[in-house]
Amino acid sequence: MTQSSARRQEYEIELPPLGDLPLHRDVSFGQRLWQQGWLRKTLILVVLAVVWEVAARVQGNDLLLPGFLQTAKAFIAGIGSGELPVKVWVSLKVLIKGYLIGLLLAFVLTTLAVSTQFGRDLLSTLTSMFNPLPAIALLPLALLWFGLGEGSLIFVLVHSVLWALALNMYSGFLGVSDTLRMAGRNYGLKGLRFVGYILIPAALPSILAGLKIGWAFAWRTLIAAELVFGASSGQGGLGWYIFQNRNELYTDNVFAGLAAVILIGLLVENLVFATLERVTVKRWGMQR
Amino acid sequence: MSTVLQGHAASASVSSFPPTALLQVDKVSLEYRTPQRVVRATHEVSFEVDPADRFVLLGPSGCGKSTLLKAVGGFMKPIGGDIRLDGATVREPGPDRIVVFQEFDQLPPWKTVKENVMFPLLASRTLKRAEAEERALHYLGKVGLAKFVDAYPHTLSGGMKARVAIARALAMQPKILLMDEPFAALDALTRRKMQEELLELWEEVRFTLLFVTHSIEEALVVGNRILLLSPHPGRVRAEINSHQFDLHSLGGVQFQQTAQRIHRLLFGESEPAASTDELGFADVRIAY
Repeated sequence: MTQSSARRQEYEIELPPLGDLPLHRDVSFGQRLWQQGWLRKTLILVVLAVVWEVAARVQGNDLLLPGFLQTAKAFIAGIGSGELPVKVWVSLKVLIKGYLIGLLLAFVLTTLAVSTQFGRDLLSTLTSMFNPLPAIALLPLALLWFGLGEGSLIFVLVHSVLWALALNMYSGFLGVSDTLRMAGRNYGLKGLRFVGYILIPAALPSILAGLKIGWAFAWRTLIAAELVFGASSGQGGLGWYIFQNRNELYTDNVFAGLAAVILIGLLVENLVFATLERVTVKRWGMQR
Repeated sequence: MSTVLQGHAASASVSSFPPTALLQVDKVSLEYRTPQRVVRATHEVSFEVDPADRFVLLGPSGCGKSTLLKAVGGFMKPIGGDIRLDGATVREPGPDRIVVFQEFDQLPPWKTVKENVMFPLLASRTLKRAEAEERALHYLGKVGLAKFVDAYPHTLSGGMKARVAIARALAMQPKILLMDEPFAALDALTRRKMQEELLELWEEVRFTLLFVTHSIEEALVVGNRILLLSPHPGRVRAEINSHQFDLHSLGGVQFQQTAQRIHRLLFGESEPAASTDELGFADVRIAY
């Protein structure tokens, strides 16, 4: 070993200035364009719409499958007549109420669960009992208890949101590193302040995932519930709109109603949740 | 110095006439729990830290030095003995003892560098927001991060994260700064730079430091007094002065002699750098 190192001469190099060697260059325009998420997603939607339209034309029976253009026309007509926005608003109001109550309850349950052994057992027992239970299966019961109206809708909504969200929140809390917990306690944070200042932001990726799942569950449950028992207190929502139009064989309106459900889903996912993620977990480097 | 008991007696008699010790650790025994068994981490460890000391706890893994630091931080209760800071028994974590951890995730990723430094000041309600900001900027300037105050931690290098953690701890102006192998996760060059900067900061601020390490050389460079702990369970083996060493003494004769003496005290006289040791002297040199 000593021999081999002695065999070669040592040397030093004075580093000359680099001159105007470019140290970085821009990514090409095409690549930058392709990095825009909305552009890629719009492309996917356009392709889907084209496939749909072609399939409808080939099939040629607009009672069974109206095309994209026909649905778009029905949708615009529905918006124009004011019927669709009213239905959407009725559904959304109920949805948001149920969602917020579910969120609040999930927060209370998980806070209990991180602070006491009893809370932990309570949460794990309740979630394993109720999470597999379909919300719709509770609807007959809810109708008995709360009558034909908003009350029973909110009840099933809360049920569908609560457990999914609580599970995600809790697993997020468990994932918070010991170092971060100790740092928080070091600064004298305790109880609710500890949860608020340390656990919630640190578990935000899981909480956001739970919020998304909860939102999807809530939408599903609401539309299904409205389809099953129709109008509540004389004012039906989107599910009722779909159900009614199916009965009258206005298939294009049925599709317009479904499109409204999908559009709201896309909007909430891409505007609300994507924005939330962009300004929080992505910005903080907690999620790619 | 030949037996543990004599060492104790000596330090007790020294401390009896100037009653100025800031931190008194008196016959502290600690246990930690694993699911299978309860492990004794330290057995009747006593030492005293004076104001503006750079007191180092040194020992191989399993000597309970980190556990001891956690106990001083208030994160665990001794099963025997007593830890007093400024005469008051330590019972729970508090902002008068700020811990700098080894892990990089001690900085909440959802806060910018400046907010991270302000966080303990606000969380412990030490200062109002404006004053906290002023003080945060002051200490960030001291650690050379004035340009990065608005960056998020995930964009920083390991050394910079360690600097933020140190600035955050100093900004609290704690009675004692607890450092748990703060530079162990850094590369060797950065670690050396950080040790140098820490000593410079100490020259300037004269904080009291309790520093845990498993590197003999780091102990000699950083500390002015070193407590040697034997492993399984941790017991005091010796207390050694090291105020005469700094980064320039590395490789000096006296430095090497002291290092070898420490090595002998930790690993026994008979075997010089036994290969079975978890932490041989040779390893320490290379790891540096």
